[in-house]
Formats: sequence, structure tokens, C-alpha cells
Amino acid sequence: MNDSIELSHSVLLVEEDPVPQPSKAKPQFSWQMLFSVLMYGFMYFPILVLAFYSFNASRFSANWGGFSLRWYSSLLNDGRILSALGDSLTVALVAVVISAVLGTMMAVGLAKFRFPGKGLYRGVSYLPLIIPDIAIAVATLVFLVSVAIPLSIWTITAAHIVFCLAYIAVVVSTRLSGLNPFLEEAALDLGASPIQAFLKVLLPELMPAVLSGCLLAFVLSMDDLLIASFTAGGGANTLPMEIFSRVRTGVKPDINALSVILILASGVLAFASEYIRFKSTQRKLQG
Amino acid sequence: MSTTIPPVPSSLPDKPSAQTSWRRKLNKLVQPLVLLAPAGLWLLVLLVLPTLLIFELSLIPGFRLGQPADGYGIGNYLEIFRPGNPYLQVIGRSLFFAVGSTLLTLLLGFPVAYWIAVMAPARWRNLLLVGFVLPLWTSSLLRAYAWITILRPTGLLNSILGAIGIPGQDWLNRSPAVFIGMAYSFLPYMVLILYASLEKLDKRLLEAASDLGANPRQAFWKVTVPQTLPGIAAGGLLVFIASLGDFVVPELLGGASSMTISRFIFNQFLGATRNWGLGSSLSMILIFAVSVSIALLIKYGDRDAV
Repeated sequence: MNDSIELSHSVLLVEEDPVPQPSKAKPQFSWQMLFSVLMYGFMYFPILVLAFYSFNASRFSANWGGFSLRWYSSLLNDGRILSALGDSLTVALVAVVISAVLGTMMAVGLAKFRFPGKGLYRGVSYLPLIIPDIAIAVATLVFLVSVAIPLSIWTITAAHIVFCLAYIAVVVSTRLSGLNPFLEEAALDLGASPIQAFLKVLLPELMPAVLSGCLLAFVLSMDDLLIASFTAGGGANTLPMEIFSRVRTGVKPDINALSVILILASGVLAFASEYIRFKSTQRKLQG
Repeated sequence: MSTTIPPVPSSLPDKPSAQTSWRRKLNKLVQPLVLLAPAGLWLLVLLVLPTLLIFELSLIPGFRLGQPADGYGIGNYLEIFRPGNPYLQVIGRSLFFAVGSTLLTLLLGFPVAYWIAVMAPARWRNLLLVGFVLPLWTSSLLRAYAWITILRPTGLLNSILGAIGIPGQDWLNRSPAVFIGMAYSFLPYMVLILYASLEKLDKRLLEAASDLGANPRQAFWKVTVPQTLPGIAAGGLLVFIASLGDFVVPELLGGASSMTISRFIFNQFLGATRNWGLGSSLSMILIFAVSVSIALLIKYGDRDAV
């Protein structure tokens, strides 16, 4: 349906344009378009299936037992799920806040200073993005056991900070490379202290990147199964750990309901992230 | 306006006293330390040190927690590469899944990225791209779980097949299910990177090719593909690395027959076997494989696209 709207728009555009531009892509019907539509379907179909069955009154999702919200209400009365959600949110929020500070400082430091070993430092800062989760999880567990730190929700948080700060630093670095480097110097020349220059000139410019980095880190922290499983011990149980232990043994209708809620929540986060990006590119265009 | 500025500011930078220049020097030393030390220490203690530690552990044959170690040796690695043992098969299967899903995402992702970047109207491109990668924001665990609902014996796929008279099968717990799950998980990454590469494609070259008598197919293979090769390499290696270390998809969709390296490592630590030495050496092999891929990416890939 969208395609027909696009088509009519571009037809109008082409008619108004005095110079015909054959190279401008007209949304013609092509196999690529058909294929792309199929792939969009592939991306959204499983999510829609989950949503559909979450309203199924029957426990067995093969047959439709009528519309019902029973899985949503059973979810809200499920103490284990709620406490796992609490643990996940605690880990993610604490890890993201600390990582935002450490990651931003690291990105700024790497952009501003030259020092021996900088290449190595930068390389290490990329490692959490590269090394598979399972290897990080194993390494962290071995380390925590060898220094006899008892596993708890705080060891999960400490381990999450490792990858959260790396992702935030990458996002902030990208923004830093597009900034005017003389603004901060100008502030310093005009008598601002380095801390003032950082807080009043650089940080406001970096804020959109810090925020979208935080959103990304938050989503990754809420999504992490492996690192949390290895660093949780008996005391803590995050939402992915709880979901994993349940779906391992088959389909659970209340997990369908939980999926729908989480998908809606992540949709809100995605929207927020795109909004921040949109605003910051707008500012860049204006400035 | 200019009259409001004090005529001689007390701290003009062109007359630095001895004290301020000393302070500036100190600042130059302290600033990087303040900015870089906290994150650096965190990474050192919780990433570098632990990685070195599992390297050490990988050199202790058959290390199990709470048991006396037998001293250092490369016994774990010898064990892994001994032909009769199942470990080589596990590594091979992981590589098979990783290579397969890389090719699959490339095959599925290229037309989509091409359509969005080259053929779709320019004003819709951002929206189309964001729309395609939106599912990445949802939990990877739940996205794999969704496929259980579809592929299991009493699932949606068999219901649909049954309705048109095709007998159902158990699609779960087999390699195709793993490929579907991995392609589904990593396709957005591939499209994102290919899009970045295709967007930079100089379309005048395609016109020139067609003016010079090339048919669209020739133009595609001789102009588009070579131009986007760095993006293809970057996207391919990214998906390769992600699927090589993936745990969730083979665990949930692959069943017992799809034991991969990450599942195997998981079992060595949290499962029944608990051979930490062996698990550590498999982790080191995984890290090594990923490092080699990254080195290739840096050498041949499109660094802007990553």
C-alpha cells in the first residue's frame, strides 16, 4: 500500500521537474522491491506471531482458543518474573550510569591526548565489542572465583560496565570526531578552567551521543544472558536468565505475553534513540 | 558594548606567571590520567586480567575447580585437536553454522540493502532502513524463542502446511532451524553495513556502464559488486564473528545435534562436565578465531562501514 503512495508522489515530482532525470530512482515494481517486502515480512512475522499467540486463551498455541488476557494477568502475578525484572533493571541502570561517566571520559581522553601506549589502550577499549560474550563471561567468572569475590547482582553489574562503557565510548567518539575542536580551546583562552570548559562547552555538544550510547548500552545490558548467567551466582536472577530457564523446556504462553510487553518497551527506546539522532542531526545542520 | 570589557584583564594568557605555567603543565599530566585511568583500570581488571587468567587456565590440563592442578602443559589443546575426540567436530560445526549464516545473510541482505540504498525514493531511505533494523532493539532471546513457536511440531508452520495438505515435520532441533534463527538474528547488521557501502556507490558509473553497452547483469557484477566489496567483507565478517560465538540460537533452536563451541564452553562451566581447563582452551580458540577475522577485516574491509 505504501508503495502506491510512493509511486504517486514520485510521478508528481517527475512531472513537475522540467528536466527529466532518468537516473533518479523511480519506485518501479522490481524483483528487488518484491524481495525486500518479503524480507520485511521475515523480520516482523515472528514478532507478530508472538503477539498473536499472547492473546490466545488456549495453553497450546497450535489451536486458537479465543481472545484472552489471562497470560498478561498471570504474568503480573508472577513473583519470579517481577523480581527478575527488578534485578535486570537494577543492573542495567547502575551499569549504564557508571558507564556513561567512564565511557564519555575515556572517549574525550582518547580524542584529546597523545601518550605512549594509546594504540594499545584504544585496542583494549574495542575488545568488549569483538570478543564473544561467552569468552568474556568465562573469563570474568574465572577471575571472580580466583580472587574470591562472592557472586551477586553487583558482580553482574561490574561485568556489564565493561561492555556498556565500551559501546558508549564508541558512540561518543563518533560524535567527537565531527565536532569543532577549537570551541573548547576558545573557552580555555577566554579564561575558563578545564573543568568549566568541559562541562559548559564540550559536554552539551556530546549529550545526544551520550544519551544514544546509554540507550544502546541499556538495551544490551537488558538483553545479556551469558555474562549475567556466569557472574550471577545463586543470589541474582536477571530477566533473560529467567526467560531462558523457562523457554528451554518449550513454549510458555506467559512468555509470549512478556515478549509483547518487552517488544513494546524496546520500541519506545528505539523511538527515543531515533528522536535523539534526528534532533542532533538537525542541530548539526542548523549550526 | 566594548566599553563594558575591563581594559586590562588580570589574567591575560600572553603574560603567564611562573605559577600558571606550572599549573598548566600539571594539568597536561593530570587531565589524561583523570579522564582515562578509571575506564582503563576497569577494563584492565575486568577484561584484560581475566582473559590472561583463562589463557593460564587453558594451559593447565583438565583443571577442575577445587581439585589440585597437575602443572602446566598444552594437554587441553592436544585433547581438542586429537582426531578421535568430538571437539574438532564441535569447532567444525560452529564454523559451518557461521559460514552458512554469513552467506545466507549476504544473499538475503544484499537485495534489500540495494533496494533501499539505490532504488527506493531518497526521502524514504532513512525510514526504510530504520524499519528494517528495528527488530534489533528487541531481546535476541525472545527473537529466537519466537521461532520455536513457529517451527516446533505443533507450531505455526506445520499448521499452515497441514492446511494445504503437506504433512508436517519437526523443523526444530536441526541445522536448518539454526540457519533460520541466525539469519534472522544477524540480517539487520548485514543490511545496515551493506547499505552504508551501497549508499556511497557512484551511480554515474552504472550509467556509464550501461551507456557503454553493458547489460544490467554485467554492470552489477563489474561495477556494483567491486565497488561494494569492502562493505561486503565488513558485513560478512561481522556476521561471521557474531554467529561463531552465538549461544542462544543453537541452544534454543538447534537441539542436541547442534552442539557448537559456545554451547560446549557453557557446559564446561555451568553444565554437568565442569572441566574449566578444557573450557578455557576452547574459549582461547574462539578468541583466536575472532582475532584472525578482525585482522582480516582491518586489512581488507571497509573501515568506515564498521
